[in-house]
Amino acid sequence: MSASFKPDVFVGGRRVVSALALLATILLPGTAALAESPISKQTSDDRARGRRLFEGQCARCHGMDGAGGTGPGLNRSVLGRAPDDQALFSVIKEGIRSTEMPAAWQMIDREIWQVAGYVRSLGRTAQVRLPGEPELGKRLYETKGQCATCHIVRGRGGSLGPDLTEIGARRGAGHLRSMLLNPGSSKARDSSGYISFLVMRVVTQDGREVRGIRINEDTFTLQLRDADNRVYSFRKDDLKELSRESGASLMPSYQTVFSPAEIDDLIAYLASLRGER
Amino acid sequence: MRSVGLLFCLLAPCGLFAQVSYERILRAESESENWLTYSGSFRSQRFSALKQITSENVAKLRPVWVYQIKEPGLIETTPLVVDGVMYLTEPPSSVTALDIRSGRPLWKWSRTMPRDVRALGFPPVNRGVALLGETVFVGTLDGHLVALDSKSGAVRWDKVIADNAVGYAITGAPLAINDKIIVGTSGGEAGIRGFLDAYDAKTGERAWRFWTIPGPGEPGHETWAGDSWKTGAGATWVTGSYDPDLNLLYWGIGNPGPDWNGDARAGDNLYTCSVVALDAATGKLKWHFQFTPHDTHDWDSNQIPVLLEGMVAGRQRKLLATANRNAFYYLLDRETGEFLIGSQYARQTWAKGLDKRGRPILIPNMDPSIEGTLAYPSLQGATNWFSPSYSPLTRLFYVPVREMGAHYFKGEAKYVPGKEFMAGGEQALLGDEAYGAIRALDVLTGKLKWEFRLQSPLWSGVLSTAGGLVFGGTNEGSLFALDAETGKPLWDFQTGGPVRSNPISFTVDGRQHVATAAGFSIFAFALP
Repeated sequence: MSASFKPDVFVGGRRVVSALALLATILLPGTAALAESPISKQTSDDRARGRRLFEGQCARCHGMDGAGGTGPGLNRSVLGRAPDDQALFSVIKEGIRSTEMPAAWQMIDREIWQVAGYVRSLGRTAQVRLPGEPELGKRLYETKGQCATCHIVRGRGGSLGPDLTEIGARRGAGHLRSMLLNPGSSKARDSSGYISFLVMRVVTQDGREVRGIRINEDTFTLQLRDADNRVYSFRKDDLKELSRESGASLMPSYQTVFSPAEIDDLIAYLASLRGER
Repeated sequence: MRSVGLLFCLLAPCGLFAQVSYERILRAESESENWLTYSGSFRSQRFSALKQITSENVAKLRPVWVYQIKEPGLIETTPLVVDGVMYLTEPPSSVTALDIRSGRPLWKWSRTMPRDVRALGFPPVNRGVALLGETVFVGTLDGHLVALDSKSGAVRWDKVIADNAVGYAITGAPLAINDKIIVGTSGGEAGIRGFLDAYDAKTGERAWRFWTIPGPGEPGHETWAGDSWKTGAGATWVTGSYDPDLNLLYWGIGNPGPDWNGDARAGDNLYTCSVVALDAATGKLKWHFQFTPHDTHDWDSNQIPVLLEGMVAGRQRKLLATANRNAFYYLLDRETGEFLIGSQYARQTWAKGLDKRGRPILIPNMDPSIEGTLAYPSLQGATNWFSPSYSPLTRLFYVPVREMGAHYFKGEAKYVPGKEFMAGGEQALLGDEAYGAIRALDVLTGKLKWEFRLQSPLWSGVLSTAGGLVFGGTNEGSLFALDAETGKPLWDFQTGGPVRSNPISFTVDGRQHVATAAGFSIFAFALP
């Protein structure tokens, strides 16, 4: 499965990779993206106005808090169609051809920027001071934790788990802590609302058992990735058993691997990963 | 050349571009080689009497051709087929005629939309055309009803019937009845005052207009507080049904506006969330039945009214069956509008049930609120615009179901002409918390006979056939066939794009085909 593959139900961590690839290509010309975004100058009044406009005109599809509805969730730091603020402005102003996203002809530019600012706020965690040491955390990530076996940071590492290159922008410290201590407690969803990295177990009619992460699923078929990152394709009517292990994760808990101070260090490192390459 | 011409005539006895007389549409159910009107016939059963494709051989069904839509956008068209030609719409409001043997285009008509064309609260789609005589009728997003020459796509007449500047638009397929074209509009999220119109098919002159919200002095006006009736919505955006013997037209009416805050429109808000029976000659109201009085969840009642006959409460009756967006299935006497049977067919948390007149017995505090109120079904309903099907052979009513809840939020809205007028919103419970299903209900009792569960809440209608099959499609791109008696899946095909359309069936040179839109394409299937 290539990074540009965009299944309609579930994509695990892959959408981030493709979105960042898109970001990279858009940044190359270095024109609009380098200009200062009007969002950076917005006041809290602008943000409140943006929220009201969003709730009145966008929420019917994108959900009242931007978590998605018939339209995709926007509460994420990287939006595939809007890698930078100017692109987000254009998407709102002009709509997206071939989709349900209409042009917002009814808003003036200032209002569109207010909505764009609010949308950006949905997907950004604030940068806060954390107790741990990022440099120590980086070392733990690379050595004792063996995190790079399954995770990519800045293009390096294994691809079973989510790419962590911008995890600090997407997730707060509390979420990072619970992922390290109890990975199965993740409430992460993709933009269609499907549980990310859901563990499923199947038994085929001939008795073969596979346990792995759901890559994609529809009424008739299922694609899984096992702990060795091998991809399987099944027709559901060929399966004797099919179960969802909600609350499970292929990631081990680090509760007993790291001391509390080490956990703080690792969180500080992960929180520092905000998309820089 | 003569022998080729002769052969062609033998293959297609009426020839390409034949007349679609009103008599042919009246008898559409006995002309199953074609698909002459949106729901297959005036009774809207979406049932095909064709039976070459059966539960025994459907597993061999293969694509014959694929036509790729040239315009970007969502494809919700139900194609019509007559005498070798398929007529379909492409977004936003274009019409294409295809050769059904090859899938090759014969002509295309496009209308350039104004840049500020308004599609408020819905995607810019079109669900299909009506045929009558040698004319194709289509409604456009910017509020025109256009008559096209069926041989060339040339415009015969073009009438502005609704003001897009204040939010009216046309997305539904018109219905051709006798010498009239019946057409409704969208705009339920824009504070319109809804109407249903009839136009002279030859001249485009308006024959009548039925306002879905009664004006001052008319019965039902008292169900609207103050001036709220002026912006009360009640759109008519999905094609209705017709009983030629009673000369009654049955049409579903949309939600009241603003959608999620009913404070300023105290009362039942007639005739929103109702089905109305209109005299087809005059547009005068014969009866109405309101499914959801004073709706605050955006549960339009535009779902297809399906007409059939049956023995209920001790006598043979003319019936109207419909599965409503509010999660209840209803059986009405279509001569009088009398409520006969109502039963829940999907999860709902807003009503304890229906009283003996069919009015919902409300559960308190299920209205939208500032902090959000969790209710089932979601604003898109337990079903929506896509068509159900009824098989007179199995006596089962097949409903495409959306099992999904939502947190409903109440907001404020000030009416501004041409802007959205909704006052709130929802946060739907998506992904693994939602699912879809095809449910087969006993048509006379509403009792569940079987269910086929689907990955996600549907956006596609169903077709049942005399071959004992039910065809449908999924958001994840599968077209499928189920055993009409048991719901067992017998065939599926991955099209690569979400299915948001209604399947149809017809023949090409005597060979049964099934066709539907999926993704950006029309797919036609047949046995090898």
